[in-house]
Amino acid sequence: MTSVLDTPRARKTGRDPRRRLVVIGNGMAGARTVEEILARGGADQFSITMFGDEPYGNYNRIMLSHVLSGEESDADIFLNSLPWYRDNGIDLHAGVRVERIDRFTKHVFSSDGRVTPYDTLIIATGSRSHMPPMDGLHTPAGSVKPGVFGFRTIDDTRKMVAHAKEDHHRRAVVIGGGLLGLEAAYGLRSHGIEVEVIHSGGHLMSAQMGPDGGAVLRRSVEALGIGVHTGSRTTAVLGTDRVTGVRLRDKPDISCDMVVVAAGIRPNVDLAVLSGLPVERAIVVDDQLRVQDEDDIYAVGECVQHRGEVYGLVAPLWEQAVVLANHVTGADTSAAYLGSRTATKLKVAGVEVASMGLHGPELDTDEHIVFSEPSRGVFKSIVVRDNKMVGATLLGDSRKVAYLTQAFDRGLPLPEERLSLMFDLGTPGDDVGVAELDDDAQVCNCNGVSKKALAGAVRGGCTTVAGAMDATRAGKGCGSCKLLVQQVVEWAAGGAVEEDPAASYYVPGIPLDKPALMAEIRKRGLRSVSQVFQALGPGSAEDAKSKMGLASLLKMMLADQYIDERDARFINDRVHANIQRDGTFSVVPQMKGGVTSVQQLRRIADVAEKHKVPLIKLTGGQRIDLLGIRKEDLPQVWADLDMPSGYAYGKSFRTVKTCVGQDFCRYGTGDSTKLGIDIESRFQGLESPAKLKLAVSGCPRNCAESLVKDVGVVAVEGGRWEIYVGGAAGAHIRKGDLLATVDSPEEVQVLTGRFMQYYRERANWLERTYAFVPRVGIEHLRAVIVEDAEGRAAGLDAAMQASVDGYVDPWRERDDPLTPGQFRTSLPLTVLPQVPVR
Amino acid sequence: MSGMMSGMGSVRSHNLGPADQIPPGEGRAFAVNGKQVAVFRLRDGSLRAVSAVCPHRGGPLADGTIDQQVVICPLHQHAFDLLSGCSTTGTEPLATYRVSLDGEQNLVLETGAV
Ligand code: SRM
Ligand SMILES: Cc1cc2nc3c(=O)[nH]c(=O)nc-3n(C[C@H](O)[C@H](O)[C@H](O)COP(=O)(O)OP(=O)(O)OC[C@H]3O[C@@H](n4cnc5c(N)ncnc54)[C@H](O)[C@@H]3O)c2cc1C
Ligand code: SF4
Ligand code: FES
Repeated sequence: MTSVLDTPRARKTGRDPRRRLVVIGNGMAGARTVEEILARGGADQFSITMFGDEPYGNYNRIMLSHVLSGEESDADIFLNSLPWYRDNGIDLHAGVRVERIDRFTKHVFSSDGRVTPYDTLIIATGSRSHMPPMDGLHTPAGSVKPGVFGFRTIDDTRKMVAHAKEDHHRRAVVIGGGLLGLEAAYGLRSHGIEVEVIHSGGHLMSAQMGPDGGAVLRRSVEALGIGVHTGSRTTAVLGTDRVTGVRLRDKPDISCDMVVVAAGIRPNVDLAVLSGLPVERAIVVDDQLRVQDEDDIYAVGECVQHRGEVYGLVAPLWEQAVVLANHVTGADTSAAYLGSRTATKLKVAGVEVASMGLHGPELDTDEHIVFSEPSRGVFKSIVVRDNKMVGATLLGDSRKVAYLTQAFDRGLPLPEERLSLMFDLGTPGDDVGVAELDDDAQVCNCNGVSKKALAGAVRGGCTTVAGAMDATRAGKGCGSCKLLVQQVVEWAAGGAVEEDPAASYYVPGIPLDKPALMAEIRKRGLRSVSQVFQALGPGSAEDAKSKMGLASLLKMMLADQYIDERDARFINDRVHANIQRDGTFSVVPQMKGGVTSVQQLRRIADVAEKHKVPLIKLTGGQRIDLLGIRKEDLPQVWADLDMPSGYAYGKSFRTVKTCVGQDFCRYGTGDSTKLGIDIESRFQGLESPAKLKLAVSGCPRNCAESLVKDVGVVAVEGGRWEIYVGGAAGAHIRKGDLLATVDSPEEVQVLTGRFMQYYRERANWLERTYAFVPRVGIEHLRAVIVEDAEGRAAGLDAAMQASVDGYVDPWRERDDPLTPGQFRTSLPLTVLPQVPVR
Repeated sequence: MSGMMSGMGSVRSHNLGPADQIPPGEGRAFAVNGKQVAVFRLRDGSLRAVSAVCPHRGGPLADGTIDQQVVICPLHQHAFDLLSGCSTTGTEPLATYRVSLDGEQNLVLETGAV
């Protein structure tokens, strides 16, 4: 507090006639309120200064759950980036904390020593993670013990991800089995960490649902491999200088490498208390969001208490921001905030949970409708009072969520047949509901998008659901409103929306699903991608996003009858290498089954030396990658290598990982190396809807990780082989399903080929087997592939054989480029490579 | 390959050589006057020219996938309208250039003030 940079006196002499608006807190409420103020012409009335404790622009905090699980990148969740503030003339002090408000002289004092005057002040300081009292949370020096995390900010999330990725970190304990705790647990699980959730309540999400729903939820959560301890309290964090475990009140200690505390939030009110503002559970505001008994100070978001309520969700703060903006700008001085009804949704992939209002009946006259099917993880409970819905809990089936949320929010009258609240009996109520919704009704609660805004986007030309979603951000938060978004878009377009391309089409630019598309291609004898667009594209129009998928499909269907148009391929498939961040490419020669030889190694070494390859790396697929090769050098590199392509770039059959197996390993029960090499020799280069990665292990110790491969083979005692399909361990983790156990390597090859052909014919574009197998079901696959119940086996085998016979090593194109300038540089003035040289 | 130069005022024309060095539906990059330009030959034969470097993170746009309207950058799939240069996916726009064919089927690119 040393310098007074901007005093009230300076203002009198200064030229800016506008009032000074200062906003403390640059989170979801603070930034949204400023947006609303700007939308009401606020820039003419106010010079705006914002303080934010976090050193960034404003981001979508609720997406942190997706960042933790890896479903979103942290760069993609920013709502207002730093340039946005500059472009809107806002003076943002990012990374600066406000420490005190002098409400008499109207100044705020911040951590950088600055003293800033205001005419109007808005407090939007949000909440922080609550650390319940327990021993060992802190080091003796007083800082939070390394390995203990809250879950509130982007920095928390980044640190958790970094910690979870350190390879000696294997186990985590999450304290708190509410929404945030379960999202944290799921996120960590996605990094392969073993997670235990400790919850003091009697059942999970006890604030949002009753015990019956909680029991069903527990099964679904446990099915994700997450341990659950309910009715259990953590009394201490163990470990001296870093976390080694936790102590529970009534159960044995749990050892772990990290602890995430998700045991509730507390409003950030220290600043208000210190400055003499009225604080009970949070800062007390009236229906105008004005701080009680203050003329020029407002508060908004999670730091406020309104009519006794403190909210912990975004939907209320969108409504508050509108009311507040109406008042400070004078746009609508009669605007009043009367409180919000809140609904929550769990953002854990595969576990659908939505909850709103009451968990169960409270009055004798309340109706309670319950449906429970624990084996499928489905539970639904609806509470009705005076023909209005006053509460609902929905697990495992979210089809009715959008409708019910609106019925709850708006107090819509309910259909007499209550069953139709839970199941689609062709509810007539849906369409009527959309038309009747107020213009201001919020459709997407996460991003605060109203019916009016969505309808506006549709009239502005976004006549597809995906287009309107992109334009408004509706449906891009928790996703629970997607159905309603679709209905609103359809309504706004007055039936002019064709079906949403993204939904069932094989590729976005051709309005047909895969079976229909394949049938049309066959019927019309189409042989190239441009012929398909000509014949089947709306207005015969090409679509860049669809080209690659069509090229793959045609090649699979037509083998050597396919007319190969190179522009339909992605760059990787035009030059048979993987494009890198600087526009150079990587070269991965085939190394079947991960087995190499002195000659191969010597040749690779010579090539790397001759071409000054920046990085030589062993890949996760058991071969050698030469990275940072210039496009124009690719043909020469291949010629010098004189090895076939390893296909590390395509949507195609990639590798077969193997373990050493029987010949050397003292446990081996089958020759996994030979079988792996044979499989790779047979199916090399095969194009498919998405990548195919295989493995063969010589015994159930599974050193080649066969259980997490698209097709994984394991030798078992007695000379038999197990075949697993649909496994994954990349962006998603899934253990493969056992397709069959067979007696010989030959049978393995037949069933592997048959499965892959069926997948090639049936899977959607870019649908990996980890999605395809559960979609069609392993029983169905067994019936078709192993038992030949549909009599299709011979056909599949023949189609696969034709593809195998059609194999040509693409690196032969080195001698005879297929198109002019196929290997010409695309960044003529950039000196490549720019990747670091090791 | 900055080609021959002619023209008046501040608009300059550059002969980039024969059009058939660009296969139909693809793009190729040229260095023109110290600038990197990606020229595309659409499947209907028409030509488009935009700056060759993606404003997102420097991706090589001549390696992109195109249709009649847009080019999609190969690195992170941002898309750009080939005529206006505007991004349809919310990133910065591209510079655009006029490009045409001369009597010998050579590509002629215009740079400078328009
Ligand atoms: C080179 C390699 C990393 C390494 O240095 O080891 C690699 C590199 C890339 N992987 Fe991978 N993956 C590599 C093994 C893996 C593995 C492990 C494996 O194959 O055993 C996995 C998990 C297994 C799986 O796929 O189920 C893996 C899961 C992914 C994924 C997530 C796929 C998914 O749906 O879960 C992607 C993204 C995608 O496909 O969209 C990806 C994408 C990529 C891309 C192609 C990124 C891209 O889209 O351009 C990377 C290219 C880098 C480059 O500049 O060349 N990579 N990637 C590995 C090549 C193996 C090989 O010899 O062929
Ligand atoms: C992981 C996670 C998932 C969530 N999921 C959902 C969900 O699915 N649905 C939902 O509705 N809600 C969800 N929420 C809650 C939602 O994010 C909050 O309701 C919302 O962010 C509240 O906004 P706010 O502006 O009041 O507070 P915040 O967004 O926390 O913003 C407050 C800002 O003020 C800053 N600040 C505090 N004190 C000071 C000071 N003295 N000086 C300067 N700056 C200060 C803070 O650093 C912070 O940046 C989730 C929250 C988390 C953490
Ligand atoms: S190689 Fe794979 S894991 Fe590594 S950065 Fe690239 S895509 Fe991500
Ligand atoms: S560099 Fe072009 S999209 Fe990222």
